[in-house]
This record gives sequence, C-alpha cells and structure tokens, in this order.
Amino acid sequence: MNLVMDLFLTFAKIGLFTFGGGYAMIPLIEDNCVTRKQWISHDEMMNITVISESTPGPIAINCATYIGYKQKGIGGAVAATIGMALPSFCIIFLISLFLDRFLEIRWIANTFRGIKLAVGILILDAAIRMIRKMPKRLLPIIITACAFTAMLLISIFSVQVTSITLMLAAALIGLIVFLIAKRKEGDAG
Amino acid sequence: MNLLNLLIGFLKVGLFAFGGGYAAVPLIRDVVLSYGWLDQDMLTNMIAVSESTPGPIMINLATYVGSTQGGIIGALIATLAVILPSFIIILIIVKLEKKLLRNQYIQAALSGVKPCVVGIIGATGAYMILQHIFTAFPGGTVDIAALAITAVLAVIYFGSRKITKRGISPVALIGIAALAGMLVYGIQ
Repeated sequence: MNLVMDLFLTFAKIGLFTFGGGYAMIPLIEDNCVTRKQWISHDEMMNITVISESTPGPIAINCATYIGYKQKGIGGAVAATIGMALPSFCIIFLISLFLDRFLEIRWIANTFRGIKLAVGILILDAAIRMIRKMPKRLLPIIITACAFTAMLLISIFSVQVTSITLMLAAALIGLIVFLIAKRKEGDAG
Repeated sequence: MNLLNLLIGFLKVGLFAFGGGYAAVPLIRDVVLSYGWLDQDMLTNMIAVSESTPGPIMINLATYVGSTQGGIIGALIATLAVILPSFIIILIIVKLEKKLLRNQYIQAALSGVKPCVVGIIGATGAYMILQHIFTAFPGGTVDIAALAITAVLAVIYFGSRKITKRGISPVALIGIAALAGMLVYGIQ
C-alpha cells in the first residue's frame, strides 16, 4: 500500500477508536506507529509526547503531523493529520444536525441534567492529575494557585478577561524570574 | 462575517490551547460565550457529547460550533482553523530539530504557562460544579438533587480507583450520570 494512504488510514483508525481525546490517544498511537508499523521508535514517541505538551493544539494532531512529516514530508503530514480529524468531524457533524431537536425530548433533557454534573468532575479531575505531575517547587505552585483564584473570580463576576491574558501574564512571569535568576548567577560568577 | 469570526475564534483556540483534551475547555468556553455561539448549558452538553464520541475534544467542539453557526462550510472552517496552528508549529519544530524548544527563553516562558494552565482548568471545573449545584450562581440556593447526584458521582468516580487501579472510565461516569439524571428528574 502507498505510504501516504497507509498514514491516512492508520490515523483515521486511531481517530475513530479513541474516546476522550488527549492522553487517551497516546497508547493507541504507540501501539500502531511504534509496535506495528515501526514508523518511529519508542524514544521518539516519548519526545513527541513532550513536544505535544509544550505546543498548543490537540495532542493527537501534534503526533499525527509529526509522524506523517517524518515518514513522507508535507504530503505525509497532511494525510496523517486529515486522517486523524476526519472521523470525529463526520460523527459530530451528523450529531450537530439533530442534537437540538433531540434535547427537546423531555427524558433525554433529563439525562443531560445528570450528565452535566459529571462533566465538572471530569474537568476538575484532569486538573488534579496535572497537579500531581507538576514539579513540586514554590513558583509553579504559586502560579497555579493564583491562576485558579483569578480564573474562578473572572468566571463568577463575568469579568471581560480571557484565559489567554492569564497565560500571557504567566509566560511573562516565567521569563522575568528566569532573567532575575540569570542576573544573580552573573553577579555571583 | 460569521465565517470570518469562526476562523479567527478557532485559530485563537488552536494557538493558545496547551496540553490537549480538557486543557482546551476554558479557552473554548471564553471564545464561544463571547461570540454568543453557545450558551453555558449547550456547551456543557457538547463537552459530554465530545467525551462520548471518538476523537480529540477540541475538534469535536469546533465541528459542532461551526456546523450550528455556518452549516457544513462553517464546520470545515472551524475544524481546519483549530488544527492549523498546531500543524504549522509542529512542522517548524521538526524542521528546527527541536532547537526551538530547547531555547532557554522559550523554556522560561513555558515554565510559567504550564502551571497557569493547570490553575485555569481547575477553576473551570470548580466553577462548572458550583454553577450546577446552585439554582443560580452567584446568588441562588442549593439545588439539593444536583448536590446529591454530584456527591454520589464523585464518590463513584474517585472511589473506583481505590478498588481497581484505573477506576471507571469517563465514558462510564457519563453513562452513570445519565441514568441518575433520568431517575431523579423523571422519565416522561
């Protein structure tokens, strides 16, 4: 089979069979691209995970673009990325056509009243998992606590500040702390 | 105009949503609420739908919002917009052989952004829970039924990890929550 086609189909399969997104996809990508197809090594897979964490966008898309490009250049990157996105696109597009009418049915609306309560728990759990993996140093902990408080107040009082502003401020703090530490090092040396 | 807004809104999401998965929710929430594309209720419904269907949550949400705002063309524009920034950034990184990420200034900025993202996600989850267990928030009274369901779900979800290592999956939790909603709020 043509490699571009193979990339497309493999990532379409991954896109079709992983629920939950994000880190849930990594084992499946590893199984397909490292173990079966041997497109990349296990070490490279670890690297991609780290890169994905430090770059914006869906992790699955980052992986698809990276592996596709390594295998077959731009054409491979496009094939793998489109393959990854296509199954969810089709499924959600179909759902979007009837979800509104579906929710007008009383008992279905009631199930969603229950489901809503689960969504908050899932999101909070994602944050808890990330906190566990964070370096246990003072600065990151303070930044997390401040961001948590600020975002909660912003949401409660509907302040017109977006999370992007908070992230840019945090980036600035990271840079300033780094520069101060570097200058101190310079003075000491 | 709407299509242009979809393009800009979801380029923003794709460019600033670090970490994948739920990390994108606060940002998507900002964008869809500020453009008035979805209300808070519909957004929460869609997060649950995304969680119960395959594929990255960011793409699911982009496709849904795009489709409801601009039909199939809107869905295509929003989905491509959310993918494009990460696609281009990864290509640049592969080209530069990761030199870019090893740059100390970029590392310093990321060391600030990463813990900030964690705080933002935590606050979003906490706010959504508060919003649902009060009849109105801020202000309003406690909705006893919602509080009870939330407590039971939390015990099941976190408690299951004490029994089996991985606990129950998010999809299973959503299934249990749907059943609880039906039982408590009625099936007619």
